[in-house]
Amino acid sequence: MILSVEELEFLYRNRKVLHEIAFSIEKGEVVAILGPNGVGKTTLLKCLNRILRPKGGAVHLDGNNLFDLGTMEIARLIGYVPQRVETGRLTAFDAVLLGRRPHIKWDITEKDLRIVDSVFRLLSMEKLRLAYIDEMSGGELQKVAIARSLVQEPKILLLDEPTSSLDLRNQVEILAIIRQIVLEHGIAAIMTMHDLNQALRYADRFILLKEGKIHAHGGAEVITPEVIEEVYGLPVIIGEIAGMRCVIPGSPEVALAHNP
Amino acid sequence: MHFSKGAVPEDYLVYIRRKYFWIIGGLLLLFALLVYSISVGAVAIPPQEVLQTLMGESISTRWDSIIWNIRLPQALAAIVAGAGLSVAGVVMQSILRNPIASPFTLGISNAGAFGAAFSLVVLGTGKLQSTVANAIIINNPYLTTIVAFLFCLLATGVILLISRIRGASPEVMVLAGVALSSLFTAGTMFLQYFADDTQLAAVVFWTFGDVGRVNWLELEIMTTIVLLAIIFFIANRWNYNAIDAGDETAKGLGVNVERIRLIGMVVAALVSAAIVAFVGVIGFVGLICPHMVRRVIGDDQRYLIPGSILFGGVLLLASDTAARLIISPYVLPVSVLTAFMGAPAFIYLLLKGYKQ
Repeated sequence: MILSVEELEFLYRNRKVLHEIAFSIEKGEVVAILGPNGVGKTTLLKCLNRILRPKGGAVHLDGNNLFDLGTMEIARLIGYVPQRVETGRLTAFDAVLLGRRPHIKWDITEKDLRIVDSVFRLLSMEKLRLAYIDEMSGGELQKVAIARSLVQEPKILLLDEPTSSLDLRNQVEILAIIRQIVLEHGIAAIMTMHDLNQALRYADRFILLKEGKIHAHGGAEVITPEVIEEVYGLPVIIGEIAGMRCVIPGSPEVALAHNP
Repeated sequence: MHFSKGAVPEDYLVYIRRKYFWIIGGLLLLFALLVYSISVGAVAIPPQEVLQTLMGESISTRWDSIIWNIRLPQALAAIVAGAGLSVAGVVMQSILRNPIASPFTLGISNAGAFGAAFSLVVLGTGKLQSTVANAIIINNPYLTTIVAFLFCLLATGVILLISRIRGASPEVMVLAGVALSSLFTAGTMFLQYFADDTQLAAVVFWTFGDVGRVNWLELEIMTTIVLLAIIFFIANRWNYNAIDAGDETAKGLGVNVERIRLIGMVVAALVSAAIVAFVGVIGFVGLICPHMVRRVIGDDQRYLIPGSILFGGVLLLASDTAARLIISPYVLPVSVLTAFMGAPAFIYLLLKGYKQ
């Protein structure tokens, strides 16, 4: 077990946004946090690395209680890729180098440059090294953001809707990269997602949030039409295409009406 | 998670070396300009002899007295004030995530001017001298600076408060700056109305930003504050880079954004205050300089901060030299010239769309 969360509670202006949140994650797992807009998915991610301060509960990472650590120490353990990344007149290499911030004392060292270089190789981004990030496409920018979180040398990656602004090809590429890195480097990733099909394909485990609580939690078996309808308030059909489970909105009657 | 396969990429090192060349080039330009600035004026001194005098050789007592008492302090004041305003501007632009932030556009300079006027008129720290060259003397430079600083802090506090309540959008902050500027200008006018002739002359003369009025003691105080602030800003360059990447990215990298923002603004206000208190209001340098440097050197604070410091010095020294020569033998206050140059540049920035 690499991460365990106990009885996490978060208040915003005295309103309970999250409560009774408890789960744990193993090394090599990709976890998808699912749920409707505004349910607190992003808030949950931010509570894990203390960008937001939870009211109660505990988060343990590799035996450390995160709430006892300083922000820089947490940043050496947890990489974070926010939903929105700002650009500027900066090369991709410099933008990724920034991810070494938690390890930098006064200035970068040769070791920092080598780590950044190896992450560029890992993500096959060598050609983008000296490209300016304000001239990049959404997919390239997202790769830079992921690379930045990887050079933190984290044990856990938190990704807030890593594919929300990407086209289909880039979505698949980014998720495949995350999947592969998690397995090869023995870390874990937690990401918030909207696309249930992508989640089913690339995540090992699922946390479904409803009204600030965990409604269902587990492997692919928890994704059933009943649970999805309870969480999203919409009937769905779950079927298989080419051996992969797929979620399609609509009730069986609707589906029949379209395919008589 | 360990990455050990990497090497230091050669093309990146070449790219970085280019940035250093720009900075070294800026340093050489600044020095050449310093010598030129000292050599020109009502009495022309050959650059060779300027250099020799600066090295400590005594060519003639006349040169000694012109260089050491008049032109060198004025040139150094221009460099220090330009560098300080420019670095305050670049840091404010970063920590407020706002490309049109600067001591002047946020109303901090005018707040400092009001503070200094308040000190001169109400607390009586200034009086008029009869000599033309040094028409006003600040009796108590420390008190004037402190009062100017307090008002700069007040304006900074209001800006930070507004950005907290309304979100720090460029429009809101610049409009808040306009409001603060007119408020403090009105306050200064109020003080002027009730001031006696001597005080009125002191305040009016004082509000024209002019680097020719500082003496060595004032220059030392100003330089110390600007130097300490520069060290502080450079030490925080990685934090400012992180904030440039977005508040959430910065927090994910362990940067305490709120604290960096607050302390950075206070230090930037201190620099602005020290400069306003000794040389008066000099607009637009803090706004325009960083943007000109961005064009050449990019947005990476590791190079942008030193670049802005050097270019701020170059720009204000060049402006001051031009202001001394343009309608010679009359000497124009440098703030008049920077306003003439800065206003069109500011409008250009607005037209272009203020993407950083």
